[in-house]
Amino acid sequence: MEDATDRIARPWGPRVPYGRHETWPARVDTFLADGVEPGAVQRWVQSASILHSDGDAMDIAVADGRMVGVRGRDVDRVNRGRLGPKDLFGWQANASRDRLTRPLVRRDGRLTETDWDTAMGLVAARSRALLDERGPGSIGFYTTGQLFLEEYYTLTVLARAGIGTHHLDGNTRLCTSTAAEALKETFGCDGQPGSYDDFDHADVIALFGHNIAETQPVQWMRLLDRFEGADPPRLLCVDPRPTRVAERAAVHLAPRVGTNVALLNALLHETIRHERIDRDFIAAHTVGFDELAARVADCTPKWAARICDVPAARIEEAAELVGTTDALVSTVLQGVYQSHQATAAAVQVNNLHLIRGMLGRPGAGLLQMNGQPTAQNTRECGANGDLPGFRNWQNDAHVADLAAVWNVEPETVPHFAPPTHAMQIFRYAEQGSLRMLWISGTNPAVSMPELSRIRTILAQERLFTVVQDLYLTETAQLADVVLPAATWGEKTGTLTNADRTVHLSEKAVEPPGEARPDLDIFLDYARRMDFRDKDGGPLITWDGPESAFEAWKRCSAGRPCDYTGLSYALLRDTSGIQWPCDARNPEGTARLYTDGISWAHPDVCESYGKDLVTGAAQEVVEYRSLNPDGRAMLKAAAYLPPHEEPDDEYPFQLTTGRTVYHFHTRTKTGRAPQLNDAAPDVWVEISTGDAERLGLGEGDLVEVTSRRGALRGRLRVTRIRPGLLFVPFHYGYWDTDGGSGPGRGTPGRAANETTVTDWDPVSKQPLFKTAAAALTLVERGDGRPSPAPTTTASAPADPGAAPPTSGGPAAHATRREPAGFPHGHEEGAR
Amino acid sequence: MNGITLTLRTLHRGERRLAHDLVTVAERHRTEHEVHHVATDLSAWSREHVRRLAETGAEHGVTLGDPPGHSPDGVLATLRKKASEAVVHRPEPGLLLLRDLRELHLAAAENSLHWEMLAQAAQASRDSGLLALVSSCHPRTLRQMRWTNTMVKNLSPQILTSL
Repeated sequence: MEDATDRIARPWGPRVPYGRHETWPARVDTFLADGVEPGAVQRWVQSASILHSDGDAMDIAVADGRMVGVRGRDVDRVNRGRLGPKDLFGWQANASRDRLTRPLVRRDGRLTETDWDTAMGLVAARSRALLDERGPGSIGFYTTGQLFLEEYYTLTVLARAGIGTHHLDGNTRLCTSTAAEALKETFGCDGQPGSYDDFDHADVIALFGHNIAETQPVQWMRLLDRFEGADPPRLLCVDPRPTRVAERAAVHLAPRVGTNVALLNALLHETIRHERIDRDFIAAHTVGFDELAARVADCTPKWAARICDVPAARIEEAAELVGTTDALVSTVLQGVYQSHQATAAAVQVNNLHLIRGMLGRPGAGLLQMNGQPTAQNTRECGANGDLPGFRNWQNDAHVADLAAVWNVEPETVPHFAPPTHAMQIFRYAEQGSLRMLWISGTNPAVSMPELSRIRTILAQERLFTVVQDLYLTETAQLADVVLPAATWGEKTGTLTNADRTVHLSEKAVEPPGEARPDLDIFLDYARRMDFRDKDGGPLITWDGPESAFEAWKRCSAGRPCDYTGLSYALLRDTSGIQWPCDARNPEGTARLYTDGISWAHPDVCESYGKDLVTGAAQEVVEYRSLNPDGRAMLKAAAYLPPHEEPDDEYPFQLTTGRTVYHFHTRTKTGRAPQLNDAAPDVWVEISTGDAERLGLGEGDLVEVTSRRGALRGRLRVTRIRPGLLFVPFHYGYWDTDGGSGPGRGTPGRAANETTVTDWDPVSKQPLFKTAAAALTLVERGDGRPSPAPTTTASAPADPGAAPPTSGGPAAHATRREPAGFPHGHEEGAR
Repeated sequence: MNGITLTLRTLHRGERRLAHDLVTVAERHRTEHEVHHVATDLSAWSREHVRRLAETGAEHGVTLGDPPGHSPDGVLATLRKKASEAVVHRPEPGLLLLRDLRELHLAAAENSLHWEMLAQAAQASRDSGLLALVSSCHPRTLRQMRWTNTMVKNLSPQILTSL
């Protein structure tokens, strides 16, 4: 069967029900550009989505050398043919007329077109001059979660062993560093324990600060399909907003933001008090239970109820839900990672699974999620403030091993301190010790906290800024050199999603103008800099994506993220495969820790751990005495009040977040007409009670002010937690008269005008969800509704307040339900 | 006055001073955001230590004062904050930061040794109340030391090689 659905009006499409422990049936979603008949497609080229972390496998439709559509891959276990709205429509941004097609350099204050040789010559000359005058610490790299593995790995080698700088991090610092840190604190090493397949088997799914319906819409389709089938799962939702997840939840808790540790400690308290624990698992696989039990002994639901402002009875119900099921899956995302005490809270979710023995079997799994499509690669390749292959910078044997892979002396690779995190890199640029910052594939002038500060840093005369991107972003407008990059579909590479599934994304069409793959840009730079290994040979020995992948395989060998069993040919033949994939696991690995904790031994662990309050690093001696046998570590944490709380001047709590129709700073989704029209401008969410008290209504233009800055948006009245304001963080200035920031008649529009420069001391992830703000009326609405979508968590409390969000015929995608799942089996990756 | 009350009094003074110094450093280095926020959090530990030492002191017949406020000297604090913002684009305050972190570390180390002495005295005199106080407070003093040590280790390569 085949029929069409408006996938803006119905982001999750129609249902294909299935029962618990059954295989998720396929549903192939296809969207072709207006006027393109299926028969006109000349080639389908294998790829996967780069607009979220789900890893939705898709094929790109090509006709006459152009991308003309996409189709989900039913052979892939991640999405079984389904695509979300961003997957269906986002590709159109690749052909946007305002793509960068030539390099730009700043001359007399203006960005001027030039050729590649001039631009790259300038970058290399400045690098050499800085190395001579000020040393490697004067050069920093800030990359992304949206390039391919081969590109991160190349960047890591050239930065860490070529330049020899400590200062390389990704914007993944803003989205996934707490996930990585929480896994390191508990399991000694990064690596997602669970698999999306666990959703097929789970009885209870607990989502902590994770609006999966909007951030990974295809996995939400999986849950929706299970709700319609036999033995559906029950949900626990912890979220201050009325998300779709909250609507379907058996228990929904909407705590005061910044209080996750108090809530989780109460859940642990109840779990232990009622003996809902697996003593055999605890004894066999963990250390630290007594300390955890002592820490949460006083954390009663009544105690937490006062801090979190949720009824104690609801906390008890939540504890019963997660404490009495035989198959618990938990997922964690930005509501925890970008909030106060981020790592401490994420670790308590790990603790819940460990004391309940809910690990390493179907339906008993833990997913510390990430936000961006290739954030996992940033982490494993060592471009996210780690060493490649989850090696431990404090362990000399690991550094020596890495140096051997690169054929350099161990001293070449800086490891006298942890790799510098992004917030500190920007601080070094602010105080003037960092003089060159190369930003690839990210837009800090919209995505970082406290934007007025970030713009000031980037605009400094003494800082040489290189920006490598698809468009003239807000950040690119402040750069000294702008390098036009190719994007997915225009280059080949691999990417790994949040459940360790590696996909190949192949080149389908040529990039526009002179735009080049990021890999080619990095390789060109390495050649110009003439980086050498210790024998005088070239440091970087590869010249294209596949040879880069082969080089990475050698670096990953024997590490938790072992890729040695993978190849481009294999990924082409099959579809996504979950690492580790090596000689012992040639078909990939669905779940980690199926047979004990494997990467926590002092000799192999990635990190010796940190203090969950101060972020102070532990040394190997302490780690060895705490965890000599390499078990999972139950780390307790006390609740601390947030650093900024509402007062008379700033009476609201303020949180920022996402919508299903946009990704990051909207550089791509704002250029896809269906997605842009679904959520064309910034808005501000307020609760019904607060709106009534202040005499405000739908569509009123309001200003949100914090100690850092202000933004304006039209009000949407929802069932959000009273006392809390929500602003989506996607909107910046590229499509306003302001250009790179407010001014020239453009008021503040970016949520990050208001956010605070404060980060979790453990993961160094900034706190976007714990600020205080004031709200004032600018002008009454003119009858037009707020631009917020009605289909999602931003739905108005009064359904009649705004017309339903829809996309019309332009957003019609077709679907087909094949008779059976054509390939493979449910477990593993193939 | 015996040895225990003498040590209680000395440690009380030391924790008061550390609480004050942590707040002062937090204000002086407001543009070093992690130092600012964590030092503020850690001053709360020392304030609590002061309060509990005063309680224990009372049980031992000595009167010890209250902890200092969050921001002990308003005008000076504002000046420190303004001074910190004025030099936000200069590298030289990094040296001052390293010196301040060193002083905090030494102050915490001094307190740690006094906690050690109290623990030993508590065991020798079989004073279980005093031992409980030390067991709950001393680990946090050690964590204050580990934090200052970590910050010195992480920041000094850049600060000392860029001037």
